[in-house]
Amino acid sequence: MKNLRVSSSPHITSPATTQRIMLDVIIALCPAVLAMVLLYGFYPLFLTVLSVSSAVFCEWVFNIITKRTQTTRDLSAVVTGIILALNLPPVVPFYVPIVGAAFAIIVVKMLFGGIGRNFANPAITARIFLMLAWTGVMTQFVLPVDLSDGANLFAYFRQGVEISLPDAITTATPLQGVKEAISSGTDPSAGLSALDMFLGRIGGSAGEVSTLAVLIGGVYLAVRRVIDVKIPVLYIGSTALFTAIFFADSGYVGEYVWTYLLGGGLMFGAFFMATDYATSPKTPVAVVIYGLGLGFLTVVIRKYGTMNEGVSFAILLMNIVTPLLEKIKRKPFGTPHKDVKELAAAVRAKFAKKQTAVEEGGERVE
Amino acid sequence: MKKARPNRELKMDVRGKSKIVANGILSSNPVFRLVLGMCPTLAISTSAFNGLGMGVAATVVLVCSNALVSLLRKVIPDKVRIPAYVLIIATFVTLVEMLLRKFVPALYDALGIYLPLIVVNCIILARAEAFASTNKVGDSVLDGLGMGLGFTLALVLLGVIREFLGSGTFFVGSFGEAEFGLTLGSLPDYSMSVFVLPAGGFLTLGLVMAAINALSDKAAAKRDAKHEEEGKMIDERVREHVEGELAALQSAEAEGAGASEADAAVRNGGDGAGEDEK
Repeated sequence: MKNLRVSSSPHITSPATTQRIMLDVIIALCPAVLAMVLLYGFYPLFLTVLSVSSAVFCEWVFNIITKRTQTTRDLSAVVTGIILALNLPPVVPFYVPIVGAAFAIIVVKMLFGGIGRNFANPAITARIFLMLAWTGVMTQFVLPVDLSDGANLFAYFRQGVEISLPDAITTATPLQGVKEAISSGTDPSAGLSALDMFLGRIGGSAGEVSTLAVLIGGVYLAVRRVIDVKIPVLYIGSTALFTAIFFADSGYVGEYVWTYLLGGGLMFGAFFMATDYATSPKTPVAVVIYGLGLGFLTVVIRKYGTMNEGVSFAILLMNIVTPLLEKIKRKPFGTPHKDVKELAAAVRAKFAKKQTAVEEGGERVE
Repeated sequence: MKKARPNRELKMDVRGKSKIVANGILSSNPVFRLVLGMCPTLAISTSAFNGLGMGVAATVVLVCSNALVSLLRKVIPDKVRIPAYVLIIATFVTLVEMLLRKFVPALYDALGIYLPLIVVNCIILARAEAFASTNKVGDSVLDGLGMGLGFTLALVLLGVIREFLGSGTFFVGSFGEAEFGLTLGSLPDYSMSVFVLPAGGFLTLGLVMAAINALSDKAAAKRDAKHEEEGKMIDERVREHVEGELAALQSAEAEGAGASEADAAVRNGGDGAGEDEK
């Protein structure tokens, strides 16, 4: 009798813990971090360390000040820090990731109640905040360095506190070229190589440039069932679809589609940020609308907006409407059917018909 | 005896009047507590000087309109009171607008559309409706002053924060020929421009409001704890007093009983009844 344990439900629990899930996300981010180091040297890695430390430190201090139970061990702050750093341009002053991570954790996450209660993805909101705060710094990108010379590993450390980089090392991102092509009506893929964009040998945000590395991490997450694979698939698919629709009369539909899919932060956003548990919908209908909305907004902002990139704004906007989307097609169990009166009338009419048929004495074949 | 009474009344009055003013600044601050006048608050608090200008302009209009509405409170028919208030407010706004245009053109330009919009500022309309239309002139002026000061303080507080973070300066502005304000070294190069954008306005307002709520919650908790403590002390004292009284009563009774017992013992010559009672 001693072995009998009495407990209340639930009796069947999943072995997945927040810590384990976050560890999976960190593992999935490793290829992107590796690609970042291989492309830009150690400076962005240094920024990542700063970002993660700032995020964890802020969460720890906030929990102490507000006398809440310590939550830093669930690793979610680490994930936010890494994702934010991968979202930044490879060469930004050192204070940018520190302030960004502090904003993400304190304002977006902890002030709204901590993990699971944030209304928007902390990393994406912090990125937008930084974009508005230091627009100049956040829109200058550098070309990948040649790592055959070992000294280049430490390139960019000298520029670490500069507000504006020398013109010699800044570069245009592919999406900038596409934006110019939209207004001039030329071929958007001129001067771009699909292989370079796939491997990441282009200008762009530190961890987003290498589509290959992001895809490896994304597939890992999908295989481990950490993320709902419908969201990235719908997002990427709808981006392709809406690009084709919006650029149907441009004469370069194919070029626009592949530059839009491989350029910017679409892949990274689709796999790592749009799938955040607290801010993405769960019900099937809501997921479909969420994915389509993400793709639609991304293409609209990229084509008509003043900025080259629209992924972060698209994700933030869809995060905000997620609670509304989840209300669609969700009725409490036992709610009567909307057309229940019509249904009842139809049934009654049917029975009445049967009755008259019986009364008329007609032959009935059962 | 007769001389002391008006003196005491005056004292009470001063306390009451200062309460009217303090009410607008603290316990029902129009921006942080009543959350009124959000449009000018968010749009104008991009710098401390703009905030101060807007606050002072609104305060002047508020005091004057409160006074006039209060004077006319028995004349204005109930059905047309809102148009009447708007007319009164618009008169003063026009005056303030002309004055600013003449003497502080830089501020006039900075305030832009929000200066004429003081006419429909809900703080001013709300005070006319909620306070001035039912109170005496003096009280109404003080209420306008308190509310105006509360609005000004809130705008300046938000303005200082947003200007420092968003432009890296402190209280930069110009009055006539005089220019003042601090530019803090190379800080403007590092400033976060988001704080002078509307997004930064909402962010700053939210954070300041949260901080004020947290502080006032803490103060309220402290006050409650103090009250509880005092209540306990009073309870204790009451209990002690009651117990003392009871003890006194009992001892008196016991004495009385003892006395009667002794009497009885003396009378009966036995001890059974006395032991039972013990």
